[in-house]
Amino acid sequence: MFVDFFFLLKREGVPVSLNEWMLLHEALDSGLSNASLNTFYYLARSILIKNETYFDRYDRAFKKYFEGIETSDVVVEEILEGLERADPLELTEAEKRLMQALPLEEVLENFRRQWEEGHFKNHRGGNRAIGTGGRSTQGAFGYNPAGVRIGQGYGRHGSAIQIAEQRNFRNYSGDMVLDTRMLRVALSKLRTLLPEGPEDQLDIDGTIDRTCRNAGELELVWKRDRKKVIKLLLLMDVGGSMEPYHWAVSKLFSAAGAQIKDLKYFYFHNCVYQDLYEDIERYDSVPTMEVINRYSPEYKIIFLGDASMAPSEMLDTNGCIEYFYRNDDAGIWWMYRIMSRFPAAVWLNPLRERSFRYSLTGRMIAKMFPMFELTLDGLDDAVKTLIKPSRAKITATEIEQIIAHRNRPYAQLL
Amino acid sequence: MKEFQGTESYITSSSLRDVVNAAIVLGRPLLVKGEPGTGKTLLAHAIAENLGRRIITWNVKSTTKARDGLYIYDTVQRLHDSRFQDHDVSDIKQYIRLGKLGEAFAADEQVILLIDEIDKADLEFPNDLLNELDEMSFDIYETKEKVTAENRPIVIITSNNEKELPDAFLRRCLFHYIEFPDEMMMEQIVRVHHPNVEAKLLREVLKKFYWIRSIDMLRKKPSTSELIDWVQALMAGGMDPGMVRREIPFLGTLLKKEQDLNILLAQEVPY
Repeated sequence: MFVDFFFLLKREGVPVSLNEWMLLHEALDSGLSNASLNTFYYLARSILIKNETYFDRYDRAFKKYFEGIETSDVVVEEILEGLERADPLELTEAEKRLMQALPLEEVLENFRRQWEEGHFKNHRGGNRAIGTGGRSTQGAFGYNPAGVRIGQGYGRHGSAIQIAEQRNFRNYSGDMVLDTRMLRVALSKLRTLLPEGPEDQLDIDGTIDRTCRNAGELELVWKRDRKKVIKLLLLMDVGGSMEPYHWAVSKLFSAAGAQIKDLKYFYFHNCVYQDLYEDIERYDSVPTMEVINRYSPEYKIIFLGDASMAPSEMLDTNGCIEYFYRNDDAGIWWMYRIMSRFPAAVWLNPLRERSFRYSLTGRMIAKMFPMFELTLDGLDDAVKTLIKPSRAKITATEIEQIIAHRNRPYAQLL
Repeated sequence: MKEFQGTESYITSSSLRDVVNAAIVLGRPLLVKGEPGTGKTLLAHAIAENLGRRIITWNVKSTTKARDGLYIYDTVQRLHDSRFQDHDVSDIKQYIRLGKLGEAFAADEQVILLIDEIDKADLEFPNDLLNELDEMSFDIYETKEKVTAENRPIVIITSNNEKELPDAFLRRCLFHYIEFPDEMMMEQIVRVHHPNVEAKLLREVLKKFYWIRSIDMLRKKPSTSELIDWVQALMAGGMDPGMVRREIPFLGTLLKKEQDLNILLAQEVPY
């Protein structure tokens, strides 16, 4: 039965398993769907989809598969424009019974004909045409039992297709660039990095020792399993081209603080030079070398920036975009130092991958730090990379070559 | 089989009711997620009240282990007791206590088992429960007893999304995400708690409330419980709808963080 829907879901990238599909059929056999598409929408969703990030894909698939089974929204809206709400028709029970239900095909055919003739405009009462409060088979608030019901003022959540079409869960979708409200969830993924051991354990050796010292009087010794704490250094690009992401960035910080105990953060503008900053306004600075020495290589590094700048900002001495700032070493060397010190480092980019893949600076940085989109999926991959850091991908010689041959076309450079 | 309909004090959407009933019929655990304050925990209590069943709550903490839910063998107590001759320690049974899951299995009638905030425990926790939840039975190794559920308990699990749950576990559950209530539903919810709130006041209150929630920059958006407190404060303070329209009295009940208050005060009120 509608097995195509199963494959459509798979094609949309929803992880559905055969077990769940069988369970859905079991549910349908028990009559749980009430033969209503609306109930089916929720029932199937609760059985097949286990994560709200997939709701949006489910909605897309559902719409694609079941579209056309109900009146499409466009038609409903057009008719509603023509319909005005009128006082409901008062009928006695006997009168209601008099109106025999017509066969559905006839009703639909009648509906289509009238629709084409444009009979629906401002029609009230009456026995035949589309209108409100009438006895005909068409329109809203009418009485005919086999009527074609066209969207009514209330019951906005009436149709499953409409709900699917609203795509309320678009924001939860994994491939959507993170908005502020999703950052917290996103960061909680980082927390999956830390294994939390049980806290209280009987220290057998300690207990035996103390009990012996007490001449056999039992004394229990408990030990606490040491928790492994994740250590994280966040380095964020602020100002300039990052301005639009400013809010997301500060949100990320406040969210991150709640999730991770040992979290340090620093700011920079476009590229890292000999100074890092402790505030967004970039007043208080610390020497980058001190940061590198102060924190052990256990610290995991997350850069957050769009990695888009003029190549000179990375490759030249005194290349910093700020005129009065002098840097003796090109920015790329500072990045290289950070890369060499901390094996676990990633770069999150609020731009789409197709953008940063094609900017020169984006490609240079990605050679040093694995670069991911700032989306739930991207963050997933970033966390995986942080757990299993890959080897450094670029050597000092290569960097020298890049600087020396900087005027060659991109393709030859990288 | 009796169906879950929602209760007077717990307003549900029809979709949630359908899913709850499906979970009961299919005998699968129901996993509920949603924003804080959307009534995830209350759902289990409402089901219990509606179906007239006993509820057993298992509050999961970061230190909770799956075995704790089945049974606890109190070896330390036994060791203590063995030091003197006044206890018979050969009977292990007296040192075995059933956990919450065990209690739900051993119950004579069908009960509601609420596993609250499952994401608090460590990652392996849900996986360790797979077999027990599937077969609704487990062994007590020390006494070689088997605890089997005569009546499958209705299992409701809540999660705050702090951790991802393992796929194998998710495959066995039904899943529902409680969306934040819209204005119409919220009106009903407020009326349950404050039946004699003035209609005009409530309309202004809801307008303001949803406007505040629409401000993206807030660190913590006000939720249902804050709204209810706010209405309480407004009624106690005798505020009229005009006041609420012009300014936002008792803002402290809605926003708990100072930065949020500052952000809000910097906003232009839309009407």
